[in-house]
Amino acid sequence: MKELTFTTLIAVFEEIFGPGLFWAMVVAAVLVTAAYLYVLVRDRSMSMRKFLLAQLSMPFGAVTAVLFVQAMTSSGFRDIGGPIDLIVLLGVAVLGAVGLAVLVYTLQSLTRSSRA
Amino acid sequence: MDQSDFAASRRMFLGLAAAGVAALATRAPAQAAQIKTSARIVIIGAGAGGTALVNRLVERLDGAAITIIDARAEHLYQPGLSLVAAGLKPASYTVSKTTDWLPKGISYVNEAAAGIDPLTRTVSTSGGQSIGYDYLVVAPGLVLDHGAIEGFSLDLVGTNGIGALYAGPDYAAKTWEAARKFTEEGGVALMTRPTTEMKCAGAPLKHAFLIEDIASRTVGAGKYQIHYTAPQASLFGVPIVAEKVRMLFGERGISTHMQHTLLSIEPGRKLARFEKTGVDAVTKAEVKSTVELPYDYLHVIPPQRAPDVIRQSGLSWADKWTDQGWVECDQKTMRHLRYPEIFALGDVAGVPKGKTAASVKWQVPVVEDHLVAAIQGKEGTETYNGYTSCPLITRVGRAMLVEFDYQNNLVPSFPGVIAPLEELWISWLMKEVALKATYNAMLRGKA
Repeated sequence: MKELTFTTLIAVFEEIFGPGLFWAMVVAAVLVTAAYLYVLVRDRSMSMRKFLLAQLSMPFGAVTAVLFVQAMTSSGFRDIGGPIDLIVLLGVAVLGAVGLAVLVYTLQSLTRSSRA
Repeated sequence: MDQSDFAASRRMFLGLAAAGVAALATRAPAQAAQIKTSARIVIIGAGAGGTALVNRLVERLDGAAITIIDARAEHLYQPGLSLVAAGLKPASYTVSKTTDWLPKGISYVNEAAAGIDPLTRTVSTSGGQSIGYDYLVVAPGLVLDHGAIEGFSLDLVGTNGIGALYAGPDYAAKTWEAARKFTEEGGVALMTRPTTEMKCAGAPLKHAFLIEDIASRTVGAGKYQIHYTAPQASLFGVPIVAEKVRMLFGERGISTHMQHTLLSIEPGRKLARFEKTGVDAVTKAEVKSTVELPYDYLHVIPPQRAPDVIRQSGLSWADKWTDQGWVECDQKTMRHLRYPEIFALGDVAGVPKGKTAASVKWQVPVVEDHLVAAIQGKEGTETYNGYTSCPLITRVGRAMLVEFDYQNNLVPSFPGVIAPLEELWISWLMKEVALKATYNAMLRGKA
């Protein structure tokens, strides 16, 4: 890679998903994060009960993210070939776990009352 | 290519988007002001090189009369053909419309270039047009000389165990029909490559690795043999990579027949005839003999040459590659050595390496720089170092990200992170997910 600028990166992601889907996902990510921040500010505290359920959902998010990436790329666990592959795999798992946890927490907060 | 592995999470996108917006905000004024000119620029070929260049030139120049000439209405994403020929992608994965990639404000001539006269500076087309130029970029790609293999013709592909993935998307799909039968039933597979320079010298290896991997999972060990034949004395032009491939072939049980040139085939008897070059043990003289090898699956890669229009125009090297006709140009600037207003780009260029899309990605900014500088009456400063990249697939799911230059040095993009000679999942992810996206971004002039 001669030069990897953020504009290049954005262009590449636009090509992977198509500009429509890519920016829709960006918007979705912004909305979920904004909603998460909104409920935190609204409730003035983290609800440990909601947080528990969010935490319990994390393994599912992790496994789903890994299997999704593997299915999308015709590959599997036997293809892990070196340290960087393990880091990438764990990275995908962590992102999936955190992403689902935030989503679950936010959905609970939005659908239930703030005192739950 | 880039970190495609991050594709899974929306939060990652958020981070990227935020960073991207920040980067855009700080980088926005970096684009140089457009240069006013009335120069006539003709580009022959709307493949990877021609398309990427024209999209960059329209950003740089104001008022230039740019004409791009290409007879083919479809644009082919050729790095995808290896995946099509292994049943991993459909033929349509590699096909788009040429016009989808071309910018507004240029002339697109949907005809073949029929003649180039570098003295009068005109290009004639198959439709009888004559187009004058001040600057010419020749990027027509190359032609596959299937006729050079006696007994072979393209209508055989997909039948009788014959494959030829270079021939295009439909032939790559037919190649998989023949290869799939082999992976299900077993037998003997012969993989070949030509004596000439060729597009992506890694592709014959990739095909051998992929078919071996799929056969090992389908028909199973012991039921098939894979023989890799090549006219050259080594498996890859870069010695350190050749050694690695030799070791992998050993592990995978792929046997090699070096200095074997495919001469002819007999589809009815499923026999391939090779010319074997050896050295006489006593006299040390070169000895040529003919060898017949049977096959159940044969992959044919024919000799490759510059198109006739180039070879007849007097632009080719007179003393190098005389049977192939690549364009005589400076290997650092891609500029023609006798006609400074002419540049070569991509497969047709007479440089030692670089018949890949990755090379094109590096060559395009160099040609752009020298061409724009010439219009301004200056000298360009960018140089091409022979960079070539090959995500050398070794299994479905693994690849080695091999990158090298004219000197056969490895030039890894991510040193210490992605080892060039290690079979890695991340390198496969790049080939599978990010490569086409990067290629498309390159076509649009954005990468």
